[in-house]
Amino acid sequence: MSARTLVTGIGVAAPSGLGVEDFWAATRVGKNAIGPVTRFDASSYPSRLAGEIHGFDAREHLPGRLVPQTDRVTQLALAAADHAFADAGVAPGDIDPYGMGVVTAAGSGGVEFGGNELRKLWGRGAKHVSAYQSFAWFHAANSGQISIRHGLSGPSGVVVSDHAGGLDALAQARRQIRAGGRLTATGGFDAPVSPWGWAAQLAGGMMSAGAEPERAYLPFDEDAAGYVAGEGGALLVLEDEDSARSRGARTVYGELAGYGATFDPRPGSGREPGLRRAIDTALTDAGCHPAEVDVVFADAAGTKRLDREEAEAITSVFGPRGVPVTAPKTTTGRLGAGAAPVDVVSAVLSMREGLIPPTTNVELSPAYDLDLVAVRPRTASVRTAVVLARGRGGFNSAVIVRAVD
Amino acid sequence: MARRVVITGVGVLAPGGTGTGAFWRMLSEGRTATREITLFDASGFRSRVAAEADFDPRAHGLTPREICRMDRAAQFAVVAAREAFADSGLALTGLDPHRTGVSLGTGVGAPGALDREYRAVSHDGRLDLVDHTYASPGLYDHFVPSSFAAEVAWAVGAEGPVTTVSTGCTSGIDSVAHAADLIREGSADVMVTGATDAPISPITLACFDAIKATTTYNDQPGTASRPFDASRKGFVLGEGAAVFVLEELTAARRRGAHVYAEIAGHAARSSAFHMTGLRPDGRELAEAVTVALDAARLHPADIDYVSAHGSGTRQNDLHETAAYKLALGEHAHRIPMSSIKSMIGHSLGSVGSMEIAASVLAMKHHVVPPTANLRTPDPECDLDYVPLHAREHRTDAVLTVGSGFGGFHSAMVLTRPDRRTA
Repeated sequence: MSARTLVTGIGVAAPSGLGVEDFWAATRVGKNAIGPVTRFDASSYPSRLAGEIHGFDAREHLPGRLVPQTDRVTQLALAAADHAFADAGVAPGDIDPYGMGVVTAAGSGGVEFGGNELRKLWGRGAKHVSAYQSFAWFHAANSGQISIRHGLSGPSGVVVSDHAGGLDALAQARRQIRAGGRLTATGGFDAPVSPWGWAAQLAGGMMSAGAEPERAYLPFDEDAAGYVAGEGGALLVLEDEDSARSRGARTVYGELAGYGATFDPRPGSGREPGLRRAIDTALTDAGCHPAEVDVVFADAAGTKRLDREEAEAITSVFGPRGVPVTAPKTTTGRLGAGAAPVDVVSAVLSMREGLIPPTTNVELSPAYDLDLVAVRPRTASVRTAVVLARGRGGFNSAVIVRAVD
Repeated sequence: MARRVVITGVGVLAPGGTGTGAFWRMLSEGRTATREITLFDASGFRSRVAAEADFDPRAHGLTPREICRMDRAAQFAVVAAREAFADSGLALTGLDPHRTGVSLGTGVGAPGALDREYRAVSHDGRLDLVDHTYASPGLYDHFVPSSFAAEVAWAVGAEGPVTTVSTGCTSGIDSVAHAADLIREGSADVMVTGATDAPISPITLACFDAIKATTTYNDQPGTASRPFDASRKGFVLGEGAAVFVLEELTAARRRGAHVYAEIAGHAARSSAFHMTGLRPDGRELAEAVTVALDAARLHPADIDYVSAHGSGTRQNDLHETAAYKLALGEHAHRIPMSSIKSMIGHSLGSVGSMEIAASVLAMKHHVVPPTANLRTPDPECDLDYVPLHAREHRTDAVLTVGSGFGGFHSAMVLTRPDRRTA
């Protein structure tokens, strides 16, 4: 249990960039990546903005035969996985296949593919449904395809905890490594930008109806009125420390040092939500005092009730304005299960550069006693970062990443 | 001293009768619940047989609001969780919500609700730009099956770690394995865990028709599921849920709980080969079995019964038989093994948990359930599949396995807690 679990590779597929360098160049300065929906005609829907990954051509990233077999979410996951393994410098054959696994989080599964097949079923008849539907739309598609492409014969895992799942996946990956695995690829992805996906997002009732890309998603702002949905996520290569050292891993981004997960009391109970407890659990797990934390990457739901709950939890653990808080996802929208792994990437890159990326567009509401890193990035020595994620229904997860010398 | 994890409550909602008692009666009598599909008009499909649960949510105390909010699979899970929780007796001794979690498996989430909702928002497939105003408020929760785990958490009052595990057809083993891991590492003291699926819907039928994975014995629905039989023609869809209460052993003993079994070991491996195809030698499933046995500190000779995956496809039956020979050696020929999918069909993700329930009940009764419909054995499947009739058999340690799309293979070893030697 004492051996550390290290982050040795990163792959990102986000509206702000494909691959680590593009992503960070945009994120570190808070460059907006939210815009009008272009993947379908959204003019008849009340929410018309999205964080889309423009210029992603699956044929440039996947073998041709895989393209018609996969939903966009899986194509993004496979592209990110290629980046992550290249970044880690691990090629098939380097490590015993049984020592390598994959755990991903999914929110909605292969939504666009599933919607297209449902349309064929009801519009044209059952015989028109694709044979690939049987494995393109289910939530395990990403882990399955990544395991095949990278020769990972160890355990494959898939967790669903709405937006909190991305952190639960990382924790499950660490558990696999502690149980004797050498390497686990882990992260999360969602891709809701299709008519059928949009219907579900709208049914959730928390989407912003804002029309201006820089005013639509404003967590912790007095004008907070919902979220903008985005697509993508991140995949990280986690490795057992001894294993990483013995193969001479070229980059160690940091350590996955702590984790905690809780569930809120039943709605209407009037009792305290579970987020504070999740943070406390993660700190205890990491053996870390709140004063050691240099930055918190917030879940930043963008609705008043959830923002207030999160601000209160952060304040109760770290004290009023006790720690810098940021939410770079204001530039991309919320990526579902992909959001938190992208924030973990931002956290380790903050450590690398000594810079906290900003929460663009937001003017902090006086109702919250937070030290929000708004508008501009902040230079800071970052050694320990907390990443928070919450999911619909009451899921709360917290992860702590720490610099490794 | 490592924390040991035991099952102290069981709840089952299966085709052929609601509740754990009805489930076991059906299995031990070797009856089948496969029939012509009645849930909707399936006349246009290639395969029109399934094992359906006769389920009235109102009879189980679900309110109209709950019924409206939840997909059939979520309803199954809540009903099975209530049975398991009542069976555990934990309600009487009290529960620390913060130390109680949920790990719920589902293979395919809510295809029934999605199918229904899609028809509404697309005006029966006419609109590409769907009309979201026809969607029910629950549509988001049907997309994201963590809503199932949330419903179970609300039903039992869990406020610890809660998640849904969705590894396709191994979900029902993997979710329980995850729950056991959380108790072992100290993240929870009590876990409510299992799996649920209700896949019998037009879209599911259509996609399995397209790959010809499901049976065409439409004229013989009662004997359509024929694992290990030479006349098999593919699997038969099923549905249902099994949910368990897991506790740390000493805590369970301290409160005088009935202990059904210990989760002595589990492992998962991946073929990394093909999304739907299997390597004929079964090596990754064999590896999962070997690692699970090692974790349980058991030898193949110690296993009294194998609850097989036995989906009823030729590819699986050969793959699985090869895997047992690799992992168990000579003992593969000696250990009785059976597929309850011959009776309750294949409910995709949840069936793994239903097979754990069958394993636990086999240990309780010292009776192993049969493989129904096995009248003309496939000569290439030459192990003891307990054809047709249940068998009285001393059962103290069980191996249960699952394989699924994505190339996932999982194995779990269950034992009588006082049996374990190491």
